[in-house]
Amino acid sequence: MGDAEIIRLSPSKAARLVGNTGPSPEAGPPPRPKVRKVAPPVPSAPPEVITDKEIDRTDESALDFVRTRFDGRFEVDDFGFDPELTDKVLLNIIRPLYRSWFRVEATGLENVPSESSALVVANHSGVIAFDSVMAQVALHDEHPAHRHLRMLGANLVFQTPFVGEIARKAGHTLACHPDAERLLRAGELVGVWPEGFKGIGKPFSQRYKLQRFGRGGFVAAALRTGAPIIPTAIVGAEETYPMIHNSKTIARILGLPYFPITPTFPWLGPLGMVPLPSKWFIHFGEPIPTDDYPEGAADDPMVVFNLTDQVREQIQQTLYKLLVRRQSVFG
Amino acid sequence: MGRIVLVTGVSRYLGGRMAALLAQDPDVETVIGVDVLAPDPGVPGVQIVRADIRNPVIAKVMGEARVDTVVHMGTIATPRQAGGRSTMKEINVIGTMQLLSACQRTPSVESLVVKSTSAVYGSGPKDPAKFAEDMEPRHPPTSGWPKDSVEVESYVRGFSRRRPDVSVTTLRLARVLGPRMRTSMTAYFSMKVVPTPLGYDPRMQFVHEDDVLGAIQAAVHRRAHGPINVAGDGVLLLSQALLRAGRPILPVIAPLLPSVGRALAPRSLVDFSTEGMRYLQYGRALDTTAMRENLGFVPAYTTAEAFSDFLQGGRTSQEVNTVG
Repeated sequence: MGDAEIIRLSPSKAARLVGNTGPSPEAGPPPRPKVRKVAPPVPSAPPEVITDKEIDRTDESALDFVRTRFDGRFEVDDFGFDPELTDKVLLNIIRPLYRSWFRVEATGLENVPSESSALVVANHSGVIAFDSVMAQVALHDEHPAHRHLRMLGANLVFQTPFVGEIARKAGHTLACHPDAERLLRAGELVGVWPEGFKGIGKPFSQRYKLQRFGRGGFVAAALRTGAPIIPTAIVGAEETYPMIHNSKTIARILGLPYFPITPTFPWLGPLGMVPLPSKWFIHFGEPIPTDDYPEGAADDPMVVFNLTDQVREQIQQTLYKLLVRRQSVFG
Repeated sequence: MGRIVLVTGVSRYLGGRMAALLAQDPDVETVIGVDVLAPDPGVPGVQIVRADIRNPVIAKVMGEARVDTVVHMGTIATPRQAGGRSTMKEINVIGTMQLLSACQRTPSVESLVVKSTSAVYGSGPKDPAKFAEDMEPRHPPTSGWPKDSVEVESYVRGFSRRRPDVSVTTLRLARVLGPRMRTSMTAYFSMKVVPTPLGYDPRMQFVHEDDVLGAIQAAVHRRAHGPINVAGDGVLLLSQALLRAGRPILPVIAPLLPSVGRALAPRSLVDFSTEGMRYLQYGRALDTTAMRENLGFVPAYTTAEAFSDFLQGGRTSQEVNTVG
């Protein structure tokens, strides 16, 4: 569905642009025949026909969108999530990366519920947290219910100008118990990357080796709300920025958790920040139910540790399976 | 048989309206309004006592009138309104201490309602999306009115321990807006050009001035114990609020914002202090479950409605203005 919309939108935009600037070199059906009196009749319509009506409608909704952006009449939820901005701007910006650059193949979407809450737990890698963004696109574009993934991020995200602002507007919030439980209780799909900086900041030699899974806080949140845990494996992110060395000195100076040295960064400057176009696979695994535990299980460290290990083990196994299936890194 | 209520801070806008509202309450027999200055037009049905709550004379007033309920609204949020930061701190902290010691000495007191602020939670990147009453601040306030309020609340907690028979309700208000309120926030939204921190778009929550009165009245009746957050439903982003206000926005990098702001509006009440800046960067939102369940209060205005009523100068006000 998301796919179809994109294809329909872009030619209409092109048509609009053409309409403003004059006749188009690519001859489509003339949008307003009255103006072009001598236009030759088009023998057969191209496969994608955009009627005037459709153009008007996209124009109108685009205009509405722009209007609300100027008068502040758009709506956000209590977390600052702006679904309209996310759907119409943010996801459109990131989608080419998902489709054309990383050519993500998402599987197991049937394991993600369409309406109720669930906790997506995935491995974290690749220096910049592209993996979380790709998981968000996968769940929005490929899941039949077009679910928004509400991620739990580190406080570094929220203290960084622009990054924090956009993260909140895209529906994400701070990784802390109250927020995780509040989102899950509201029936949201919540994403968590328990490896945190240990995961994205690990050297290339450690690729696809899961790091420590925090203190299992995410498991406790799932247990308290009875939300199923969906162990998710992401393959491909490790190769986007192969981190050869972590310069701890520079990291300390810049106040960052790590500072990556890759074959291209910082040597090529901004060009070195372009991620390598590895081929990606995301698999949403079978849900682990948490609603059959007794009351107070969330406060029982043994239950929490065991469940954390189970989730971790399942992700690690899926990672190995996906790696075996992968033909080559850039496939 | 009716209740005898003492209201502090009656010479100020909210205090005056609150005293007048309580005077009309059928359960309330007498309302005694206390302030250093007498309220200018006078408040109908309220006995005004000109006294400084920083002075022990207040205990005598309370004992003689056999006050059973104390509504403490005599704290001041902006140094300008108090005539300097040190006076402000003295009124807020020493005044509250004196009032509490008077309450402790007066056996007839059964209930205390304190108007506090949600600024006691501070603001910062480590904050949860919504603060509940039992959460510790992640970025405790270090200066100004928020710090005063933290101290006021700690003295109130101390009083509550020493007089467990008294029901103590502390209302932590979101930013108060309304057609007639003048606060640092309304001054900010009224700037001709509004400087905003570049790269930040905080979530803000407002409570309408009428709802503040409603919540205090509910606290007088319900005697809910402990701190309770009071805010209109929903949040507004700073950008949303300014766009709705139709104000020109000037994004400035955060460290320069205070100087730019002071240059743009040199004599305004706007709070560009450290705490004020943190709020403009990170905002804050409140969990209001306790307000609904323990206090039994549902605000008439959402955050967005309170803001639009402020913009329209009261033209959308649903409630009758109880003062004059």
